[in-house]
Amino acid sequence: MSKSVLIVNRKAPYGSSAPREALDVALTCGVFEQPVSLLFLGDAVFQLLKAQQPDAIGQKNLASNLSALPMYDIDQLFVCAESLANNGLDPDDLILPVTLLEKDSVAPLFANHDVVLTF
Amino acid sequence: MIFSIVIQSAPYSRQAAESALRFAQALLDAGHSIHRVFFYADGVQCGNNLASPPQDEINLPQHWQQLASEHQLDLVVCIAAAVKRGVLDQNEAGRYEKSGHNLADGFELSGLGQLAEATLVSDRVITFGG
Repeated sequence: MSKSVLIVNRKAPYGSSAPREALDVALTCGVFEQPVSLLFLGDAVFQLLKAQQPDAIGQKNLASNLSALPMYDIDQLFVCAESLANNGLDPDDLILPVTLLEKDSVAPLFANHDVVLTF
Repeated sequence: MIFSIVIQSAPYSRQAAESALRFAQALLDAGHSIHRVFFYADGVQCGNNLASPPQDEINLPQHWQQLASEHQLDLVVCIAAAVKRGVLDQNEAGRYEKSGHNLADGFELSGLGQLAEATLVSDRVITFGG
């Protein structure tokens, strides 16, 4: 039995432990051979920014960990288009290819997954 | 229905951990079953038996212990999240050469695989403090 898992990211990369904990859950579910998708909403779009330099604040680079997701067969990455635009970002600013979602496509994404975990 | 509950926030700072307890009680009262309660991130503090709230405030670890013993609940605390936040069982205290251990009875340290497994066997997984 397998269940699809949607990991919903809502927080900026280094203000809390949530992004790293979300990533650990994504990788664990991947190991359990569950289909995993990630959605980035609100400030979480900053998690995907290129050229992060967190060593200046003693943190590990989240973007380089996220960029390893395709190696774990996790390549369903969704980004809220409005969140990206509101933060003045563009898909070219992101480390991985993503699917942009308009606001009214977010609810169907939730509905299409068996399990939704929010971080 | 079979539920699992994920708790990500610490007691006393936010309402979420207490809401999770009330939700669990409501599920059981309604005849549902709880496959597992998984304590993650700051939620690991729910299993800290050194928490000593004033007498007129809720003692969350104690309430979980009581509910767990009444209903044979599986209370799993994420080991990686717990150890780095100073919630250790006897085994981990030995491993890290600490002078004491503080994981409350009725709670168990284990890995994230327990969360993945819970998503597989539960009809619903509800997150508090996410």
